[in-house]
Amino acid sequence: MTQPIAKILVPFKSVPDPYEAAAPGGTGATAKSVINPFDEIAIEEALRIRERGEASEIVGLTIGAPAVDEQVRAALAMGVDRAIRIDDARALDPYAVARILRTVVEKEAPQMVLMGKQAVDDDSNQVGQMLAGLLGWPQATFVSRIEFLEDRICARCTRETDAGLEVVDITLPAVITTDLRLNEPRYVSLPGLMKARKKPIEVLTCAQLGVQVEPQTTTISTARPPKRSAGTRVESVEELVAKLKEEAKVL
Amino acid sequence: MPAKNLILIEHDRRQIKRPSLHAITAARQLGGDYALLLLGQGLDELAQSLVGYGASTIFVADDPALAEPLADRYAKVIADAFRKSAASALIGTSSTFSKDVLPRAAALLDVPMLTDVIAIEEYEGSLSYRRPISAGSMLATVQLSSERRVLTIRAAAFGAPASDPAVSLVEKLTIDAASLPNGMKFISREERVSDRPDLTEARVVIGGGRPLKDKETFDRLVGGLADLLGGAIGATRAAVDTGLAPNDFQIGQTGKVIAPELYIALGISGAIQHLAGIKDSRVIVAINKDPDAPIFQMATYGLVGDLHQLVPQLIEAVRNA
Ligand SMILES: Cc1cc2nc3c(=O)[nH]c(=O)nc-3n(C[C@H](O)[C@H](O)[C@H](O)COP(=O)(O)OP(=O)(O)OC[C@H]3O[C@@H](n4cnc5c(N)ncnc54)[C@H](O)[C@@H]3O)c2cc1C
Ligand SMILES: Nc1ncnc2c1ncn2[C@@H]1O[C@H](COP(=O)(O)O)[C@@H](O)[C@H]1O
Repeated sequence: MTQPIAKILVPFKSVPDPYEAAAPGGTGATAKSVINPFDEIAIEEALRIRERGEASEIVGLTIGAPAVDEQVRAALAMGVDRAIRIDDARALDPYAVARILRTVVEKEAPQMVLMGKQAVDDDSNQVGQMLAGLLGWPQATFVSRIEFLEDRICARCTRETDAGLEVVDITLPAVITTDLRLNEPRYVSLPGLMKARKKPIEVLTCAQLGVQVEPQTTTISTARPPKRSAGTRVESVEELVAKLKEEAKVL
Repeated sequence: MPAKNLILIEHDRRQIKRPSLHAITAARQLGGDYALLLLGQGLDELAQSLVGYGASTIFVADDPALAEPLADRYAKVIADAFRKSAASALIGTSSTFSKDVLPRAAALLDVPMLTDVIAIEEYEGSLSYRRPISAGSMLATVQLSSERRVLTIRAAAFGAPASDPAVSLVEKLTIDAASLPNGMKFISREERVSDRPDLTEARVVIGGGRPLKDKETFDRLVGGLADLLGGAIGATRAAVDTGLAPNDFQIGQTGKVIAPELYIALGISGAIQHLAGIKDSRVIVAINKDPDAPIFQMATYGLVGDLHQLVPQLIEAVRNA
């Protein structure tokens, strides 16, 4: 048996709760924050890899204001060994996030970065790929299955693409981004939450990391999209077919 | 040859992905000339088929080392082509292919990127870009401080480009395979043969949700209606998670975005993550047994009832229509 992977780094973002928004009639805007669902899946996968004895340490990492410590605690309660928060309250763009993450990766030297494919608030789907590019590491994006090969020199990843499933082998160290079907994250237990209160959160600043980044995108406004109005209720299949033929002219 | 905009064109070896041509429409809105970029192996015919869209140059990166779209290699070749063309904008159409390679290329080029742009506008003398955020529940208007930038655009928001008789020069890029990154290896791809149209290009899409229960029912009802109407099949996350449909059928925030003439939603509640993918459909039909299902707030025609009874009736009625 060879050594397990020494360290997996899991960057995660705090986002407005999408499950509340997903509820019937939900509008997308909620006050409650949670760990980005894709990142929760990344944390869960890292934990499972460690629990199988294939990794030793899981380090969680987030960039945000002190308020996101609640999600950092949730990550620790799930079972992350230790956590780092980069204290930065600015509205960062994905490339700025990727550049900050890069400095932490260089400092922590993990063998693997496991993270969400997309933050469900900005829906960018960029940071993981950018980070891999900056590091010059292989990447596997939109992953729904991970398996280690050749004494963990290499990870075999199944990717969800527009054309169906694709399998690639990537040499570690590498960046992997998760898709929804990789796993179902565990619930945080109360004892887990209690224990997490005692775990320290390392807080660092960009200045301490020696990284200076300015976001290059500015949001000048946000607005609700034009609402599609509800149409007609039809009473029968015959009426529906008649409408589709004569009114909508799509049949 | 230099160009103001460089457009990444996507193909599946057999043909050009039509939605990827819509990035040409976006480039025309940005202004200035544009070049196209095609990567792969054995591309002569595909490159020829791109003549007639008014591109100044069609850059072709044709090499056995590029036979499969491995992100590390592709991003490097794309970044090199961008530098060579001296373009200021690199544009692709939103797809898993461009979302995989373009952010990586952006990082190699040290430029910011915007995903899923749906409109390009002028704001106080400079360009702004509109894009959906939070599962399409909001639209953000964004500006970039960098002249060099990477964009992916939503195909449905820009439309197919009109042809343009201007001559395009085909230029083969020299690929030094030995200098390409070598940390990724392609193993396999699921090959599913289907006579149905591509979900993102179809005129009619039939979507199925959780209550379709099993694959047999899903194929019989959703598939039956799709076959009759020459449509594509889509599904909700719930339907994909429970194995009723493969992952690439998923429509929504984290799946595909569609814009057909007709979308028929069968047993779909209408969560915002699903609605994010269907908003641009011209006509939406919903069949759901719950009269209060949110999908009805967006449906052009809503029919309340049990799909297990109604869909066979609908198939019959369409067949006789
Ligand atoms: C981060 C994140 C990303 C997501 N991304 C996506 C995405 O990309 N795409 C997506 O679709 N979802 C996505 N979801 C999931 C989404 O929130 C919903 O859970 C999902 O769309 C629900 O699928 P459904 O409508 O099939 O199932 P349900 O919500 O369970 O709805 C089933 C509907 O069928 C009706 N019904 C039941 N029986 C019958 C019958 N016999 N006849 C007629 N009607 C019947 C019910 O009234 C109900 O309205 C995402 C969620 C999260 C958190
Ligand atoms: N502020 C942040 N702190 C830590 N990780 C982040 C942050 N923002 C984004 N990420 C990571 O980048 C992924 C993709 O985000 P995005 O490109 O913004 O959609 C997320 O799933 C997170 O893993």
